[in-house]
Amino acid sequence: MTPETTTAQPLSLERVVIRFAGDSGDGMQLTGDRFTDVSAAFGNDLATLPNYPAEIRAPAGTIAGVSSFQVHIADFDILTPGDVPNLLVAMNPAALKANIADVPPGAAIIANQDAFEERNLAKAGYAVNPLEDGSLDAFRVYPVPMTTITLEACKELGVKPRDAERSKNFFALGLISWMYNRPTDQTVTWIEEKFKGKELVQAANIAAFKAGFNFGETAELFDHTYEILPAKLKSGRYRNITGNLALSYGMIAASQQSGLPIVCASYPITPASDILHELSRHKNFGVRTVQAEDEIAAISMAIGASFAGNLGLTTTSGPGVDLKSEALGLAVSLELPLVLVDVQRGGPSTGLPTKTEQADLMLAMYGRHGECPLPIIAADSPSGCFDAAFEAVRIAVKYRTPVILLTDGFLANGAEPWRFPDVGDLPAIPVDFASEPNHDGAFWPYLRDPETLARPWAVPGTPGLMHRIGGIEKQDGTGNINYDPGNHELMVKLRLEKVMRVQQDIAPVDVDGDVDADLLVVGWGSTRGFIKAAMRNVRGSGRKVAHVHITNLFPFPSDLGDVLRRYPKILVPEMNMGQLSRLLRAEYLVDAQSLSKVQGAPFRSAEIEAKIMEMTN
Amino acid sequence: MAAVDETAVPLTRKDYSSDQEVRWCPGCGDYSVLAAVQSLMPDLGVRPENIVFVSGIGCSSRFPYYMNTYGVHSIHGRAPAVATGIAVARPDLDVWVITGDGDGLSIGGNHLIHALRRNVNLTILLFNNQIYGLTKGQYSPTSEQGKITKSTPFGSIDYPFNPLSLAIGAEATFVARTHDMDRKHMQETFKRAHAHQGAAFVEIYQNCNVFNDGAFEEILQKDKRGSMLVSLKQGEPIIFGDDLEMGVALNEYGEAHIVQIADVGLEQILVHDEHRTDPAIAFSLSRLADRPTTPTPIGVFRDIERPVYEQEVTAQLARAQERSGPGDLRKLIESGNIWEVA
Ligand SMILES: Cc1ncc(C[n+]2csc(CCOP(=O)(O)OP(=O)(O)O)c2C)c(N)n1
Ligand code: SF4
Ligand SMILES: [Mg+2]
Repeated sequence: MTPETTTAQPLSLERVVIRFAGDSGDGMQLTGDRFTDVSAAFGNDLATLPNYPAEIRAPAGTIAGVSSFQVHIADFDILTPGDVPNLLVAMNPAALKANIADVPPGAAIIANQDAFEERNLAKAGYAVNPLEDGSLDAFRVYPVPMTTITLEACKELGVKPRDAERSKNFFALGLISWMYNRPTDQTVTWIEEKFKGKELVQAANIAAFKAGFNFGETAELFDHTYEILPAKLKSGRYRNITGNLALSYGMIAASQQSGLPIVCASYPITPASDILHELSRHKNFGVRTVQAEDEIAAISMAIGASFAGNLGLTTTSGPGVDLKSEALGLAVSLELPLVLVDVQRGGPSTGLPTKTEQADLMLAMYGRHGECPLPIIAADSPSGCFDAAFEAVRIAVKYRTPVILLTDGFLANGAEPWRFPDVGDLPAIPVDFASEPNHDGAFWPYLRDPETLARPWAVPGTPGLMHRIGGIEKQDGTGNINYDPGNHELMVKLRLEKVMRVQQDIAPVDVDGDVDADLLVVGWGSTRGFIKAAMRNVRGSGRKVAHVHITNLFPFPSDLGDVLRRYPKILVPEMNMGQLSRLLRAEYLVDAQSLSKVQGAPFRSAEIEAKIMEMTN
Repeated sequence: MAAVDETAVPLTRKDYSSDQEVRWCPGCGDYSVLAAVQSLMPDLGVRPENIVFVSGIGCSSRFPYYMNTYGVHSIHGRAPAVATGIAVARPDLDVWVITGDGDGLSIGGNHLIHALRRNVNLTILLFNNQIYGLTKGQYSPTSEQGKITKSTPFGSIDYPFNPLSLAIGAEATFVARTHDMDRKHMQETFKRAHAHQGAAFVEIYQNCNVFNDGAFEEILQKDKRGSMLVSLKQGEPIIFGDDLEMGVALNEYGEAHIVQIADVGLEQILVHDEHRTDPAIAFSLSRLADRPTTPTPIGVFRDIERPVYEQEVTAQLARAQERSGPGDLRKLIESGNIWEVA
């Protein structure tokens, strides 16, 4: 079963967006992941958008239980997981119903015909079978009896029908692999490894996968396959990676390059837990992880670890950041390095635990009592989480400050090819622990470095440098408790000034697009790819636009104001109600217009494009 | 990080005392606890630079500022968590936690029980004055019911915690009680707590002479101690009284109660065993006095062995290194499917 045996010549495509949709129990995430990995290894550029419900197993067959995975693969460098699918794989009626609104006319739908029976139709709220009533006439619909063929394929294996039925996602994967001429050996090997020790499951999944592939070849339902050649990406070595994984690797890299062992204390929360999971696997790097009793304990442990001379790290999502705010203030007051990762999700309260949003910017900025500034960094692509994590550690260590690193649900779970760095090229993160008294034979814990204003980091175990620090206001220099009005004002200003000095240390604003543009699009975080994709189209049509994507949200790059004032119009697309746009207005007195979307899903580049067109008309 | 230098050097109380002016109210019980700890330190043989005192917020939590060691005066209730972070990062350090009845049992109750259950190697001193001192006299989770304070002008309704019962319930491996009127007893107790491997919990009855003066006077007045303090001694029958005429026995339900030795005979008196794995008798002893108004046990209630959290963490790291060798960043980053674009 090699792709070459297909009769018709494959049709060449530049790109395709496929959405796998099914019940939460149908294994759609796994199927999508697998297809992604194979496509990555094949050399396509790609981007993914997993989307799953908060409930582990919502009632089977219902709309609430639908889980989907969208993957965009292309033979050129793409920027987003695609606005709308060209192919929807619907494993049941609910999956069709939940996704059909996103499918454009003319697109293909492959449906598991077997699942479109009375009970499932009713659960999805269909009175009549949409595969039969002509309601899908605008699409190319391919009903395929996936369950039946899967059961048939597993019959000889001695697998119970109920278990065999579970393999139908591999049937779908096989069929799509045939359709897009994906190599099959890797998936077979992968199934063998993944289900090692469970011989029956292994056999059933392989049988289903092959049955799906063979069905494509023999059923004559599809007149040809498609071919998407490897992308001509920037030269280098690539691997596929999600944001949470890249972030974990970035932290480990920063630990190695600084020589500071990681203590990561976290409390499980979606969509951040995978960072804790990943870090806990790498104990041979000296990574210590603690699953704390709550988020307050988690950050408190990280503070303790940093005081003791390790790299304190705590990972969470919005609700956890709320809980950590008091301790974050302590870290600001103690002036210790620490990184808090906020993988943003829809809020307020429990909100949309599994969906993405960017609404914690103001929280990161102002969500603490008192004047409590700290650097804020945002990752802007899944693989970019590596660099953002590394940079967050660098700044935290150099300026002795907690840093908030913002990512979001889309970045966390989304995947893309990563042109990974050569380890030998990673910069060192210098750490200078205090080793000597610094003031007339005494040790002053708040005697600052004149350049960075960072205070000395004297770790327990160092003779002669014993000192006590706390959250009470202290005298600059000595660190002794001090309530003098003048000293407090000085300390407030120093803490701010220290953080502002990060500006000396970060890249100037990078403007992409036309210098004489009428409109500047300003974004931050995960909207980057969507804005760039919109820009491509708009500029293709001859309009002049420029784009700035901000990684350092506090402090902003020092030339940001000058750049903003060069453009007559400013548009800020954000997955919130306009938080960055308000910050820019307040800081620079510019008329930054907000384009907001809060639907628990990323922008479509078409939405941004339409707004740009409107504003440049 | 290399382990600290542990060779002992002869030191005095002064070496462990900071130059900061102590700012508790005159007559506060905290002074005597501080003096007990400072003067015990040379005996413990740990160099000042290898010690960290971590506290929360409260009068008692100012304690670290007065020690010439490393110290963190953290935020209200979180000291056990901060201390856990220090211990996990640096198992070679000697970490102490200073907390109050409000700090450790109200806002920080969660962290306290989890530090105990994990058995982090911490020496935890809980200053129980049965009141919120720093915020000027509200009732605390250990105040007696009906307590009239500024926030409870008609008397408090809350049922109080018994800190030792709570600690035993939280799987503490070392539980003891002492009081601020007896430096020698404090020092013996602290010494034992410090020697314990794992979380050691010590409740200190501490007088707040400003907001809750005399809270323990019914058991701690000099002439009452003989009949009101039940001193627990390992391997010895639990007897007390001015003429050692009373003792503690277990009834048919296993509950500790007070008896006249003359009535039951010495052989009926409970022989104290701190090392019993089963916590039932220690728990029962912790409930002998419902409030510090009836004969109250002091000393070590429980001292058992269980693996120490941060040592287990370190052991897992060592095993991972043995298994997979030291971390190789290149191998990590370049794992999975790799492809090259020319
Ligand atoms: C988050 C927070 N809430 C409230 C306070 C105010 N506060 C400070 S100390 C304290 C109670 C302290 O009582 P306790 O722990 O018994 O210590 P004591 O002063 O009696 O030694 C309170 C409520 C605070 N500092 N932080
Ligand atoms: S208020 Fe009470 S506990 Fe606080 S210092 Fe004064 S006497 Fe001591
Ligand atoms: Mg108190």
